Amino acid sequence: MSDRTADILYFDHSASTPPYEQVVRTVAEVMAAHYANPGALHRAGGEAQKLVEKARAAVAERLGAKPQEVVFTSGGTESNNLAIKGTVWNAGRRSKHVITTAVEHASVYQCVRQLEEMGVAVTILPVDGDGRVSPEQVRAAVRDDTVLVSVMHVNNETGAIQPIREIGAALADCPHVRFHVDGVQAIGKVPVAWKEWGVDLYTGSAHKFRGPRGVGFLLVREGVRIAPLNAGGGQEHGLRSGTPNLPGIVATAQALRLAMEGAEARRARWSALRRRILEGIRQIPELVYNGAEREDWQAPHIVNFSYPGMRPEVLVHMLEKHGILVSTQSACSSRSLKPSRVLKAMGFDDARASGSIRISMGDEHDEAAVELLLERLKKAVAELKPLEKRAKPR
Amino acid sequence: MEDWILVRFGEITVKGRNRNRFEELMLTRIKQALASFQGLTYDKTYGRLYIKLNGESFERVAERLKDVFGIVSFSPAVRTANDLAAIREAALHVMRELDPPPRTFKVSVKRALKTFPHPSREMNHLVGAHVLRNTPDLRVDVHHPDVELKVDIRPEGTFVHCRTVPAAGGFPLGMNGKALLLLSGGIDSPVAGWMAMRKGLELEAVHFHSYPYTSEQSKEKVIALAQRLAYYGGNLKLHLVPFTELQTRLAQTGYEHLMITLMRRSMLRIAERLAERRGALAIVTGDSLGQVASQTLASMNVIGRVTTLPLLRPLVTMDKIDIIRMAERIGTYETSILPYEDCCTLFVPKSPATNPNLRIVERAERSLGDDLERLIGEAVEGTETLELTEAGPVNAAAAGEERWF
Repeated sequence: MSDRTADILYFDHSASTPPYEQVVRTVAEVMAAHYANPGALHRAGGEAQKLVEKARAAVAERLGAKPQEVVFTSGGTESNNLAIKGTVWNAGRRSKHVITTAVEHASVYQCVRQLEEMGVAVTILPVDGDGRVSPEQVRAAVRDDTVLVSVMHVNNETGAIQPIREIGAALADCPHVRFHVDGVQAIGKVPVAWKEWGVDLYTGSAHKFRGPRGVGFLLVREGVRIAPLNAGGGQEHGLRSGTPNLPGIVATAQALRLAMEGAEARRARWSALRRRILEGIRQIPELVYNGAEREDWQAPHIVNFSYPGMRPEVLVHMLEKHGILVSTQSACSSRSLKPSRVLKAMGFDDARASGSIRISMGDEHDEAAVELLLERLKKAVAELKPLEKRAKPR
Repeated sequence: MEDWILVRFGEITVKGRNRNRFEELMLTRIKQALASFQGLTYDKTYGRLYIKLNGESFERVAERLKDVFGIVSFSPAVRTANDLAAIREAALHVMRELDPPPRTFKVSVKRALKTFPHPSREMNHLVGAHVLRNTPDLRVDVHHPDVELKVDIRPEGTFVHCRTVPAAGGFPLGMNGKALLLLSGGIDSPVAGWMAMRKGLELEAVHFHSYPYTSEQSKEKVIALAQRLAYYGGNLKLHLVPFTELQTRLAQTGYEHLMITLMRRSMLRIAERLAERRGALAIVTGDSLGQVASQTLASMNVIGRVTTLPLLRPLVTMDKIDIIRMAERIGTYETSILPYEDCCTLFVPKSPATNPNLRIVERAERSLGDDLERLIGEAVEGTETLELTEAGPVNAAAAGEERWF
């Protein structure tokens, strides 16, 4: 109990990140100064609209897009739904087929499942033991009526990087197929060259790179048509009706700049810390690492491991008692105690797939924080060891 | 092996001292346009420019470079020492990077460095054989190859490349002096501006607004269009002329069907005075022959008489559909079709004269007495100037917002 003090270490950046201080200030200042509706005709409305456009241009520039290719939304979930349903609905009433993978975030996976119930044909591709999908399999799954392939960039549970460039190349001869990539966990963490890779739609979420919650965007390559999900006033080039969240949007542009500046140095730092965490986990015989050995196949800020046979929430609470905040599976699905769909897809048994913990790092972590994390992890495991049988997943 | 961009200039007819000026200006314009790519370094030789990428993304640099006036084309290239083994490796490297892999190719060696030990034809074989040996399923086809692998052996090093990206062409901006562009909110005038800039004219834009008859948005729309032109020009001054009073006074003359002729004449008079102040030697307009009432030959005649400056009309013989395509290509179309009233559309008569009579037009203007001269002077004095840079408008209000971005 003694460790539960002020020095709480937040290792759950993949769930949500602490916003930059200036981002919090920007939200407050813009909110106070620009309350007019950007759609209004008067000068105040015009100024608000100008700010939206300025933010759009700033986001576009950072991600190698044109301003008109950026659609602001309420977050990653909405962007994914807009990309997927928008593409399927735009295809009209002919028969349609969608391809995705077994390891997608729920906002893609469940969205596709929902479409399946509505009569859309769906192929869910498997992944290998590293959590990666094969570009050849993606290409082989394409049919004449395939309208969309949706593959995430960085997996939110394991940090596995999907071969997006290779999939884009494999789809180069399928002009009728749109390629959507959920980049929520990738932006600011790994290089993003969506256009060069042949991606048509790319999802981002502000609160994953220290921006505000409730803001995301979908990059829509010029010439790609999707149907809007919200009917209304025709904001965001008609793709996303609703009064724009001006403070959030401006703050998102700022957070993205901060996240992209020095991204390379940050990557190098995280990679070193990640190596150290892996080494530490390997020294605890109860734990087993879930992920690829190849470093360029893993995002630098996420480590996933299992304590097979241990109920993961027990470990999460034990670590919390020691002042360390982590997640089991993804934050969105960790309240259900079912085995992780992602880890099952990687071929792991129920014991390993149920007992997984995700550590995800941010800017504030250094070697000292990582050493503390490992030390407390070791302590937590030692305390739990005698309880192994009783704490087994039912 | 290093990644470079090989840049080719146009207008080979430019010779002598002008050639030097052309190339110096070209280099300045390219550096301005690529200023945000801080890793780039430049190496200029006579007639060519090399840009070293130093890790910057070729695709992103290319996206910007293709819009710089004066560049005909450019190529991503690998630079190596003038050494056979190194050249062969570079050639193989370039071929392997191609996606999808080509089925056929040919090698074209140019040996500008005559002291290089192997002549061009021999080099074609030496390089081609090396690539063939190391690439399964690749064949040589000298007539219709998928890929032409070019090897330039020059004193400064050897450049291997196989892809040529076309660019804007024309002259570097400012090479041919300065002119004033009459910028409305429509489709044509931004295209005319782009074409004038492409021919090396530095531009300042003039817009006539009728606030409060026209909305703040219609002004924003023109600023957005000028902003797009500033992207091509590096920066651009936009003169916003208050036209309301003059326009209202003209409407009171009672010559409703001549209204457009009268307005256009006064606009030209104002533009001429601004041109004089700004040191501009011509006025560029988006007129296209026969498109609307003010653009018939008779109208152009009556309107154009009020100024002695050359009136440049880049679009005069173009069809509307081609102008629209061009507007789409240069990225002004979407803004141009936004539905805000511009200053003309509010005072458009039901049946404007297509064949205005000069004597009647002059009589109408005489009926205004001293008012015409006074109101023109006031419009010129009341002109507000915005300075637009590629990044956005330069003004104090926006500076306060910078901390939010």
